[in-house]
Amino acid sequence: MVLTGAEIVIRCLQEEKVDYVFGYPGGAVLFIYDALFQQEKVRHILVRHEQAAIHAADAYARSTETVGVALVTSGPGATNAVTGIATAYCDSIPMVIISGQVPTAAIGQDAFQEVDTVGITRPCVKHNFLVKDPADIAVTIKKAFHLAKTGRPGPVLVDIPKDVSAQSAEYHYPKSVEMRSYNPVVKGHQGQIKKALKLLLEAKRPMIYTGGGVILSDAAAPLTKLVRKLGMPITNTLMGLGGYPATDKQYLGMPGMHGTYEANMSMHFSDVLLAIGARFDDRVIGDPAHFAAEPRKIIHIDIDPSSISKRVKVDVPIVGDVKEVLEELARLLDESKHEQDTASLATWWKQIDEWRSRDCMKYKNSDEIIKPQYVVEKLWEVTGGDAFITSDVGQHQMWAAQYYKFDKPRRWLNSGGLGTMGVGMPYAMGAQLAHPDAQVACVTGEASIQMNIQELSTCKQFRLPIKICNLNNRYLGMVRQWQELFHGGRYSESYMDSLPDFAKLAEAYGHIGIRVDRPADVEGALREAFSRKNDLVFLDFQIDQTENVYPMVQGGKGLTEMILSAEDL
Amino acid sequence: MRHVIALLIENESGALSRVSGLFSARGYNIESLTVAPTEDASLSRMTIVTTGSDDIIEQITKQLNKLVDVVKVVDISESAHVERELMLIKVRATGKDREEMKRMADIFRGRIIDATDSSYIIELTGNQTKLDSFIGAIDTTLILETVRSGIVGIGRGDRILKL
Repeated sequence: MVLTGAEIVIRCLQEEKVDYVFGYPGGAVLFIYDALFQQEKVRHILVRHEQAAIHAADAYARSTETVGVALVTSGPGATNAVTGIATAYCDSIPMVIISGQVPTAAIGQDAFQEVDTVGITRPCVKHNFLVKDPADIAVTIKKAFHLAKTGRPGPVLVDIPKDVSAQSAEYHYPKSVEMRSYNPVVKGHQGQIKKALKLLLEAKRPMIYTGGGVILSDAAAPLTKLVRKLGMPITNTLMGLGGYPATDKQYLGMPGMHGTYEANMSMHFSDVLLAIGARFDDRVIGDPAHFAAEPRKIIHIDIDPSSISKRVKVDVPIVGDVKEVLEELARLLDESKHEQDTASLATWWKQIDEWRSRDCMKYKNSDEIIKPQYVVEKLWEVTGGDAFITSDVGQHQMWAAQYYKFDKPRRWLNSGGLGTMGVGMPYAMGAQLAHPDAQVACVTGEASIQMNIQELSTCKQFRLPIKICNLNNRYLGMVRQWQELFHGGRYSESYMDSLPDFAKLAEAYGHIGIRVDRPADVEGALREAFSRKNDLVFLDFQIDQTENVYPMVQGGKGLTEMILSAEDL
Repeated sequence: MRHVIALLIENESGALSRVSGLFSARGYNIESLTVAPTEDASLSRMTIVTTGSDDIIEQITKQLNKLVDVVKVVDISESAHVERELMLIKVRATGKDREEMKRMADIFRGRIIDATDSSYIIELTGNQTKLDSFIGAIDTTLILETVRSGIVGIGRGDRILKL
């Protein structure tokens, strides 16, 4: 069947069972938008800025097991999308981004709204394509989806010149795709898995450390089963929250810069560390030399060989899909005749419980002024711990990660790798569209929320009843915290004067806005917000301006060199 | 340590920039990089000369393998291999220098491929050291212009980089 390039694009998206495309029209994608208009299967969410389109599609992918799809025009459409694409790339989120390009003959002529989109996005995509012939569109989009979701997932961009979307070609959507240069390893090496199991069972001080890879490979269930069977302590990184139930007694909380004392101490003093779908990020292990100074055997399961032995030397590398490897590990454990060193494990737990008794997450609550930790705790209570929580970047992000106990995967959506302010509201939009009946809350700050505040308009248009919990401290809180601790209290440009009245602003967009000043009103306001099932409610919590995030490992310090609270200073 | 990495990559537009972009983005050294299609026109072969510790070289090969267009990567300097580089060097050749330059070219098994009344172009093939030695052996004030291809390399014997 002969179709135009634009029609082919839309047919391909239908074949891939894409529910929503997030985007913004413009000159170079007019034919594609025209084809989109003439069908009903693929729905379009019109954002107010392309960056938000990418973030929303990214969140759609994060909160489901699907590939997020976005559509932007050439030039500024593509450059506005770059922050979103880089955000998804850093967190390995499967996405397909379709961008319009100026007509083939105009490429390289400095045409209106022309940029080298393939060149600009090259370092922040898993792969990208420029399609020069309408006959190539279908196979290219098939490849894009295949690349996005297999191996280590990531965003893939397809750049389509305007004339290519206008011209016609025979349409045929391939059932599968073969690429001789791309064959990610899925099954782990048997011998290595056996070696890992032996090490684990013989361990005296085992520790399990898991990251976003567990979430991405949908391995939370096999992980939980295996860890419970082994009875070992476990920590989930910022990207891995919900990979193991946070309310379980084997869970030690998050590791790293703002992780718990017990998680960091157990990571550091373990004799066998099992890392799963995690990458020993600088925010997790602190100074690598300090971390390496304590002898321990490291087992590392990851689908991406380049993540293994990148920052710390690994003793037993296992390349493969986390879920596959964990299932194999569980099978071998069932068959195994090796005895676990349970006596040593009991001693190890005694040590961990001692670290735990420091109660590093305690904070001084107040009757006078709202503490941000208290807001998140109440949010957890009011939502029954079952909401989709998105955050922006900064102090509020850490408080949300520390005090909302995630028991399920894909419930916590944040920009862990790139640390992009402004993701919170678009993430909530994507999650709400993917889960129309679920409770979705965006924990944010007055600085981050303003980076994509225009999306309040999108939320109105598509009736997205997200709840925005603005932890408003009138400061760029994390910047202020570092300036207080490491820059002599010189608050260079971290205070924002003349903030808008957020409640009124929300109302101006047609939503409900509530300003909350007193601790006694926090719970009531949250209950009020979540009882309004069909409304977006913007809760503007006026919080303690001087509250800092603790515990804290200072940048460049070792994992055990922690500041537990302000009293430690 | 110096390493010679050979790789096969899909012969598509932008393939070279994916490789060179990777090196600059991650701060790896490139001493030289050569690329040309193979007997199979859909594949290009690159030879990259780089330096780095074992950890860095391990990361370089892993990162190269991760590029979607890259089909195969081999560090050919890990075992017996042959390296060659081509140099074209234009030198002043007048008076007594003319005969001397001819003699030096002969000693290094170079060929004079162009001659004017005042200059020669000498073609010289060999490993990097040989080309460096030639430059060291002649009077450098006579050099008008040099161009070097960068290293190409191939494993000896049974070590074959092919699809």
